[in-house]
Amino acid sequence: MKMKAMTALCATLALSAPLVMAGGADDDKMVINGETEMVTKTTAPAHMENVSEIMSGWHFRSDETQALQLDDFDNPGMIFVDQALDAWNTVEGSAEKACASCHEGPESMKGVRAVYPKWNADAGEMRTLAMQINDCRENQMGAEKYKYDSVPMASMEALISVQSRGMPVNVAIDGEAAPYWEAGKELYYTRTGQLELSCANCHEDNYGNYIRADHLSQGQINGFPVYRLKNAKLNTAHGRFKGCVRDTRAETYSPGSPEFVALELYVASRGNGLSVEGPSVRN
Amino acid sequence: MKLTGLTAAIALCAGAAIANPISPSEIEFDEYGAVQASLSGAPGDAERGAEIMVTRSKGNCVACHAITALNDAPFHGEVGPTLDGIAGYRSAEELRGIVANAKMTFDGSVMPAFYKTSGFVRPGDGYTGKAAKEEDLTPILTAQEIEDVVAFLLTLKDG
Ligand code: HEC
Ligand code: HEC
Repeated sequence: MKMKAMTALCATLALSAPLVMAGGADDDKMVINGETEMVTKTTAPAHMENVSEIMSGWHFRSDETQALQLDDFDNPGMIFVDQALDAWNTVEGSAEKACASCHEGPESMKGVRAVYPKWNADAGEMRTLAMQINDCRENQMGAEKYKYDSVPMASMEALISVQSRGMPVNVAIDGEAAPYWEAGKELYYTRTGQLELSCANCHEDNYGNYIRADHLSQGQINGFPVYRLKNAKLNTAHGRFKGCVRDTRAETYSPGSPEFVALELYVASRGNGLSVEGPSVRN
Repeated sequence: MKLTGLTAAIALCAGAAIANPISPSEIEFDEYGAVQASLSGAPGDAERGAEIMVTRSKGNCVACHAITALNDAPFHGEVGPTLDGIAGYRSAEELRGIVANAKMTFDGSVMPAFYKTSGFVRPGDGYTGKAAKEEDLTPILTAQEIEDVVAFLLTLKDG
């Protein structure tokens, strides 16, 4: 049986003459758990110069991968949300506190994911959600920081993201945020590495096109953290940035570096208006 | 020490009967981006060129271009135009220039330069994500590999 199926598959592969794939984004609708309608395509925010419609990376994935995100029982990212819920309630560190000690239930985090990275006036810094989580751990709990792009960090981000699921991404780019946004934009358009490719070369000039077997999306981060079938774990936005820069044969930046914090703000702002999707599922 | 190494290298080249390859820093493009002389001084091998074009760590040209003659290799991309029939309207000199550094022909092209070794922003050590070890990198393709690719492109007559 299996052998036959394989032979048939090989025959089809050999027959389908030009192995060029048809690109573009699909027109599917995303409704989570049969109830939460998501905005996955919308008019680009005014600060986007070269793109008129923004789209979730979900539209560029296969039907099978897409389906995994439509129901929380199928979404492998939700297992990590459950683990983070345990962590949320676990007392850690010298202050003998858990997240729950200060914030009660995770529902209190509704709306948070949608506005990060965000300027923190007291600390005088641009803060990603990961930085805020670590600030709480270090300074409120007296606990050890999570490694920036580790699974416990990604899981905690997923728990917090899920509280905002369906809300529009809405990061501020003016005022104190402006110079960070500019720095992120500069990075987005810089052609790095021996291949001399920028984020924009792939995700602005070529979204919808295949690059070898990869279907290029707009590189949006409204779906992060992302469960990837490829490595079977939750992945952070900075982890993805690192991989993309590396693939230009360049020296990458580190997750949590000031460069990636600025880039995250800029890329997040390119998704202003799309629904918060995390944890999403990608290949 | 250095001298011996150099002499050995020259001896090697002579052994392979290769007339002085033109280095990436010496290569001359004309005003349209074409390169006149063979980079290796030797003719290209079209069969090897085809191999280079589908190999990920080499040209990986099919990542961006669809080429019917290379359909044995799965998944051709669509970032660049199809190269079917390219020999019908491009000369060897133009093709050499495009493969060596397409930006000399197409200003600002996303197509990487395959015979360029300096002038990069944050060059890495291959695909490791770490910084390049030397200031001048190894070109992605050697002089002979460029000639092999050009030889293969010249076989793409019908489009
Ligand atoms: C050589 C091409 C290339 C370059 C350059 C590149 N990427 Fe990507 N990127 C990809 C591919 C391929 C994928 C996987 C398919 C997809 O989701 O687009 C991807 C995926 C992503 C994703 C995941 C999107 C999702 O919905 O899961 C993000 C975010 C991203 N890239 C951001 C960036 C940023 C920021 C830069 C620049 C620092 C960058 N990329 C540069 C090729 C590239
Ligand atoms: C990252 C994408 C990319 C890769 C990899 C790439 N190319 Fe290209 N190539 C392009 C694009 C895009 C163009 C169209 C010119 C332009 O507008 O920049 C092009 C143009 C060309 C042309 C000229 C076509 C014409 O109609 O005149 C040739 C020839 C060519 N490429 C050959 C190659 C070969 C050979 C390789 C591998 C050694 C290769 N390309 C790798 C993107 C790519």
